[in-house]
Amino acid sequence: MSDPLYSWGRFPLLPQHGNACAWRDELPAHIERVVASHRMTLPYGNGRSYGDSCLAESDEVLQMRSLDRLIEADWDQGVLVLEAGMTLAEVLALAIPRGWFLPVTPGTQFATVGGAIANDVHGKNHHRRGTFGQHVVAFGLLRHGEAPLQCSPDENAELFAATIGGLGLTGLVSWAKIRLMPIHASQIDTTVVRFANLDEFFSLSTELDAAHEYSVAWIDCLAKGKDTGRGVFIVGDHARYGSLEVNPRKRLQIPLTPPVSLINNLSLRAFNSLYWRLHPQQRTQKRSRYEPFFYPLDRVLHWNRIYGRKGFQQYQCVIPDANAQAGMAELLRAIADAGQGSFLAVLKRCGDALSPGLLSFPIPGTSLALDFPQSTELEQRLFPRLDAIVRQAGGRLYPAKDAHMSGSDFRQAYPTWERLEALRDPTLMSRFWRRVIL
Amino acid sequence: MKKVLIIGATSSIAASCARLWAAEGSEFFLVARSADKLQQTVADLQGRGAKAVHQHLMDATDYSAHPQMLADCMAAMGQIDIALVAHGTLPDQAACERDVNIALQEFANNGTSVIALLTLLANQLETQRCGTLAVISSVAGDRGRQSNYLYGTAKAAVSTFCEGLRARLFKVGVHVITIKPGFVDTPMTQGLPLPALLVARPAEVAKRIVGGVANKVATLYTPGFWALIMLIIRAIPQPVFKRLKL
Repeated sequence: MSDPLYSWGRFPLLPQHGNACAWRDELPAHIERVVASHRMTLPYGNGRSYGDSCLAESDEVLQMRSLDRLIEADWDQGVLVLEAGMTLAEVLALAIPRGWFLPVTPGTQFATVGGAIANDVHGKNHHRRGTFGQHVVAFGLLRHGEAPLQCSPDENAELFAATIGGLGLTGLVSWAKIRLMPIHASQIDTTVVRFANLDEFFSLSTELDAAHEYSVAWIDCLAKGKDTGRGVFIVGDHARYGSLEVNPRKRLQIPLTPPVSLINNLSLRAFNSLYWRLHPQQRTQKRSRYEPFFYPLDRVLHWNRIYGRKGFQQYQCVIPDANAQAGMAELLRAIADAGQGSFLAVLKRCGDALSPGLLSFPIPGTSLALDFPQSTELEQRLFPRLDAIVRQAGGRLYPAKDAHMSGSDFRQAYPTWERLEALRDPTLMSRFWRRVIL
Repeated sequence: MKKVLIIGATSSIAASCARLWAAEGSEFFLVARSADKLQQTVADLQGRGAKAVHQHLMDATDYSAHPQMLADCMAAMGQIDIALVAHGTLPDQAACERDVNIALQEFANNGTSVIALLTLLANQLETQRCGTLAVISSVAGDRGRQSNYLYGTAKAAVSTFCEGLRARLFKVGVHVITIKPGFVDTPMTQGLPLPALLVARPAEVAKRIVGGVANKVATLYTPGFWALIMLIIRAIPQPVFKRLKL
């Protein structure tokens, strides 16, 4: 309430004033009020976008988090109608005991349903189930000065497509109807094996992805030379036997933001190397609870604070299949050369599922994501080099994570941006959009 | 599974408590002023496992409507295991100082109407010889502070009333719990310049309330650290207190 809101990366550090609304029926009047006093605004969920796509140009956001009610629940069919401010964790807490799970979940369960739609998030099963938007049946959209709309593939189809992955710019998603996926147990059966280089990653992925629901790899982004691209490959499936349990782990917390980043080259190199060594050389089958499997970082509340007051940036790109192997090798070399990198650099092969969203990020190819402590060095040296590699390889960056990409790169990589701009609600404008469309 | 009556069912704290009881498959009789908001709350609880949700529109300061509400509630549920009285407003203290009518209206919203309802509910639970009356008072009632003493006065009346009622109903096996929330992030407190560190989420507060009801706690501060804060504030001597701008 009185606390300012930020984006997850805390860079750029632009405090947002939250205008909270607690009731669906009050939303239109609420939007009207904020627009009357500040002209422009932007919906804000739970602040899990990393860069500036969740920051309003006016610094006045519409806080959606208190809209967290169920509207209709069909637990026989696994179809929920819910308010957009409900987090994925809250959805899972209701769904799991009844034998349902989110068909697509990103790496944090603290994103809201509205945020998951606006960024058309994907997860470790993209190769099987595509993006979150593919499981959205319909949603309600409020546009300034218009009657409330219902959007689905058959109704207001153009706005439906533009809103999925539309970065909150087409209107306010007030409710959504989503389809869940049945599960027998909340546990995940996993297979873990480490790999020595990128070639091994690609052959493991070719062999294992098709046979498993979830697949992801962690890369030691600081390893050089023959070790370039070494990492740990993890696949998983919902267990056939087990129990349906939601028992949140005890959460740790970073209570305050240290003045400087606790992540430095030394701590990173040691951690990454150790992490790799701790994983088995042989394929090893294990069983995991769903939380550590999907959301390892959610264990630590406010983990973004470890990067200190300057914050951090995540770099996430996807490179099309044809150039993926060469492109990834080049990216990893550039990162290792710079000696910068992160815990848990994540490598994931996306499937060919066509995203329903106009500006959805995934394309058939391989995606890499890493976090870097913020420094001017990043924007002056490392990121331009990485951007050039991605550009050359015909890849693109993920707006939900971005705080740096150039307008020309964005417009080149997302040629449909003009359609989104045409459908944008003129009273909604983010820092990101202003940065890339001018 | 419990049979729960909630007055002021659309308040954030009450709705959060109801979610926890709904997860146990409880049955509800919800009373609120706004049909729109009540409907949104009902749908939420139905999806979360409530066995049945009955709804009733009433303004808590319309005293003549109270008996009918209770009759409808008894007809719908047969008995009351928990009655949560949670309605209220946050008065504009400055307006209450300027205008007697506003002051009295706010006192009615937060004090008189609660006493009226509790009188009625107490007799029902006394007849039943079982059940719990859970009443949302406030830390504000522990001391008259310059910044919101009208609200504090009403809540002090509620707290004292509850203490007497607890002693009376204890003899027949009925429990009364006085709940004193501190700052909670709800629509009622939106826009107030509260210290962020002390502001709790309704879900945390609700968890403690539901636990307190189950354990038959007499007076429950929530979050718990408010017991300590109020211990200190109550200990401030009058010559100092009157000079503070609290």
